[in-house]
Amino acid sequence: MAYSLDKIAVDELFSKWGEDYLIYGPTLIKNTGRLSDTDSVRYDEVKSIDDLELNLKSDYSFKDVILPISEVLFYYNEDGMMVPKQKHNGAIIFLRSCDLHALDRLDQMFMENGKPDFYYTRLRENLKFVLIPCSKSFENCFCVSMNSNVTKNYDLTIEEINGEYVFESKDEYFTKFFSGSKELDYTVPYVKENDIKVEHVEKINNLAITKSEMWREYDSRCIACGRCTLVCPTCTCWTMQDIHYGDNQKAGERRRVQASCMVDNFDRVAGGHVYREKNGDRMRYKALHKISDHRERYGVDMCIGCGRCDDICPEYISFSTILNKIAKESE
Amino acid sequence: MDVNTKKLKKNAFRVTKRRGYTASRIRIPGGRLDAKYLSMIQEIADTYGEGVVNITARQGFEVPGIRFEDMDKVNVLLQPIIEGLGINQPNPEGTGYLSSGTRNIAACVGNKVCPMANFDTTEFAKDIEKAVFPNDLHFKVALTGCPNDCQKVRMHDFGIMGMTLPQFHADRCISCGACEKVCRRKVVQAISMKNFRPVRDNETCLGCGECVIACPNFAWQRSEKKYFRLTIMGRTGKKNPRLGQDWIKWIDHDSIIKIIMNTYDYVEEYIDRSAPGGKEHIGYIIDRTGFKEFEKWALKDVTLPSIAEVRTPIYWSGVHYKKQFDY
Ligand code: SF4
Ligand code: SF4
Repeated sequence: MAYSLDKIAVDELFSKWGEDYLIYGPTLIKNTGRLSDTDSVRYDEVKSIDDLELNLKSDYSFKDVILPISEVLFYYNEDGMMVPKQKHNGAIIFLRSCDLHALDRLDQMFMENGKPDFYYTRLRENLKFVLIPCSKSFENCFCVSMNSNVTKNYDLTIEEINGEYVFESKDEYFTKFFSGSKELDYTVPYVKENDIKVEHVEKINNLAITKSEMWREYDSRCIACGRCTLVCPTCTCWTMQDIHYGDNQKAGERRRVQASCMVDNFDRVAGGHVYREKNGDRMRYKALHKISDHRERYGVDMCIGCGRCDDICPEYISFSTILNKIAKESE
Repeated sequence: MDVNTKKLKKNAFRVTKRRGYTASRIRIPGGRLDAKYLSMIQEIADTYGEGVVNITARQGFEVPGIRFEDMDKVNVLLQPIIEGLGINQPNPEGTGYLSSGTRNIAACVGNKVCPMANFDTTEFAKDIEKAVFPNDLHFKVALTGCPNDCQKVRMHDFGIMGMTLPQFHADRCISCGACEKVCRRKVVQAISMKNFRPVRDNETCLGCGECVIACPNFAWQRSEKKYFRLTIMGRTGKKNPRLGQDWIKWIDHDSIIKIIMNTYDYVEEYIDRSAPGGKEHIGYIIDRTGFKEFEKWALKDVTLPSIAEVRTPIYWSGVHYKKQFDY
């Protein structure tokens, strides 16, 4: 059932939800872009509908909310260790259709890949998802090609129509707040076509692709900054850091911190050997992980086609172009 | 021919090499203008000049080959340019520029175009123009977006370099080292890594923003406020050219304008009226009065940001031509 509410009513909802949950969503923060006098859209806590950015694609994804960029796993001293409390006991997250598909990938990696990950699982519990439907494609999106343009896995949807906010609820918790609200006929919109299309191949010829000359172009074009993986909602690599506190080296903390296969030192191993020195080889590793390795294990691509990597690349390297090149070379 | 050269100079014309002919000097604060003004400048050059335009070293235009008797007509054609570029003009319309002593406020392309720039150089240039024009004292002011100093502001009486005060968000850092590397390789090595994370030495930091640009994950972010480095008393010339020296680091927009305005009062008080052409670079006046006297005037009623660092007194060296002939 769909309901239409004005702004004041929506803000009342936000404060009621805020009593039970932390609310995270994309917010536009003025003048906080990397370059001076530019804005950025990032995930943060939202307190009112004004904080929520419904019209732009976020630069970074929702993933930090359940997979913190830097998370202390435990504090230790000579007597034992202590696991810190989790960041939240439940959250409402506003996101888009492709992001909900990304969430599936995260679940696969952290909960269906052997023993579920303790830290992921505890933040994953008690989450509610509010879909921000896309009525048209953004630049660089290729969700239709990646089958992530439609989703049913939401608890609630929100769309602004003529100054009012239209909600469709599939969840008891949310539905109870709408009793007495104006009801209406509503179909959740979704993107039917993107300007960018990515060719799908049934079987990627891994050997041919690995040997392909196509990667050499990226040895010089890519600067190995890692932005593409950090904005990606499905890139989840991390590294461990042990910090021994200054005065007492027997006390300290272990944290896990997001890592990027594109940056130096990601694959440095004991003895100083590095598997992928060339940036083009890192690109190959990333690309094949996104569409070949994950698919072999879980039957779906890891990449969900949000195009955030293309949006942020300072060198204008397009991942969808790379995927199409792989398809061509696999023929 | 009877022409008052003092008057025409003040009116932003020039006595040129060719007798009987002048050149019109057009101010473009910040060096940026709507392209439509180019055709107006062309019209002046085609109608009253010789169809030629010079781009000046200070980002203005100079239209040469104008006969002295056409100056009034040129001033009429200048009117829409003067108005359109927001040049102060309290006198009757169509009489041209009110002064020329304080030169065009020059600026690098700034953050309207350049990714490295820490502020909108054109807008700040216009703010300064609004404050100082039509002052006729010999002042040169220039702005540049970052310490790369593409505008060479250290060659000016007042050089303004854009800064940002990097803010570190530890929970966003992925320890990639990009910030440390860029600062070490390109700037001043103000960042060192400790416990996998960067530590910034505020004293060494230039506020250039390279770490903010390099960080792939927004761990370094810009400060809400914009700051500047103010260098002073750089100059070219035949006596003792020298590079402007750092005076105030982490200064703000309003304080800079106030300091420039205060300096007009100081120069009015101490200028050597018998100097050739009645004009003197401010730096020579400071050499005479001592830096502390200048500073007293310049900082009058100025409230600097709490983080501002003032270096005082300042010593300049520069090129001493005369010395070479001394021995
Ligand atoms: S592809 Fe672009 S964003 Fe990714 S590491 Fe290379 S340069 Fe950085
Ligand atoms: S560039 Fe950013 S993420 Fe990398 S070490 Fe510096 S602050 Fe951390």
